[in-house]
Amino acid sequence: MIPIDNFLVLSAILFSLGMYGVLARRNAVLILMSVELMLQAVVINFIAFAVYLSPDAFTGVIFAVFVIVIAAAEVGLALGIILRVFRNRQISNVDEADLMKW
Amino acid sequence: MTYEEGFFYVIAAVTVIGALGVVTAKNVVHSALFLILALLGVAAVFILLASEFLAIVQVLVYGGAVTILILFAMMLTRARDVEGSLDGPQRPFAALAAITFMVTTILAVTKTEWRGETEEATVVDINQIGDALFTTWSVPFEIASLVLMVALIGAIILARGEEGE
Repeated sequence: MIPIDNFLVLSAILFSLGMYGVLARRNAVLILMSVELMLQAVVINFIAFAVYLSPDAFTGVIFAVFVIVIAAAEVGLALGIILRVFRNRQISNVDEADLMKW
Repeated sequence: MTYEEGFFYVIAAVTVIGALGVVTAKNVVHSALFLILALLGVAAVFILLASEFLAIVQVLVYGGAVTILILFAMMLTRARDVEGSLDGPQRPFAALAAITFMVTTILAVTKTEWRGETEEATVVDINQIGDALFTTWSVPFEIASLVLMVALIGAIILARGEEGE
């Protein structure tokens, strides 16, 4: 058997790496990829809690399905926005898109 | 150490290496390829968690669709030709924040006694998931399909461009 702690620690590491990527990267696509990593960590947590702590209700598994659905929608939409920004202003770095920055 | 744990550590190492590659690679395409590695590693973790349905969904949705979309976006935004560093000047602070978060979370997780923890990961039957999705969770299910449709239309409108452009 594998204790639940292993999965939770793995998910914490994945989430922190994704957080580092979101904070440190400049390229919008790379930030999006780091967000995906964070979502994966959350899904691991949901499933681990579902199968170890409340297998009768398995709410976490259902939530994981919804997280994957929303993540897919989010990627499509975010890439549409990134493409639009690139076409209008020829930039793909988030720190250069500062038109509305005071 | 049981052989299950051995498998877990191998898979976890692969996943973490993939994730590290995503956030540290100097080339955006390498970053995307590392992302595939990390996502497939997570799919293997799902199998260890006795959720093979989610593992299959993970490979199909992430390993297939999402990474292809990301590679397309890189191609269309010429992400490889961008001058300068891929990381901003705030990088040390980002590392500090991430490490602080990781240490506190791991400490909290390992110190907690989980109430009602079962010995093994319980297999959740795929039929049960389907039943629950269409009975207990039918309203969120419908809302999720609405969200997908809105996102699809929005992405098309955003990416299509203005008339006469």
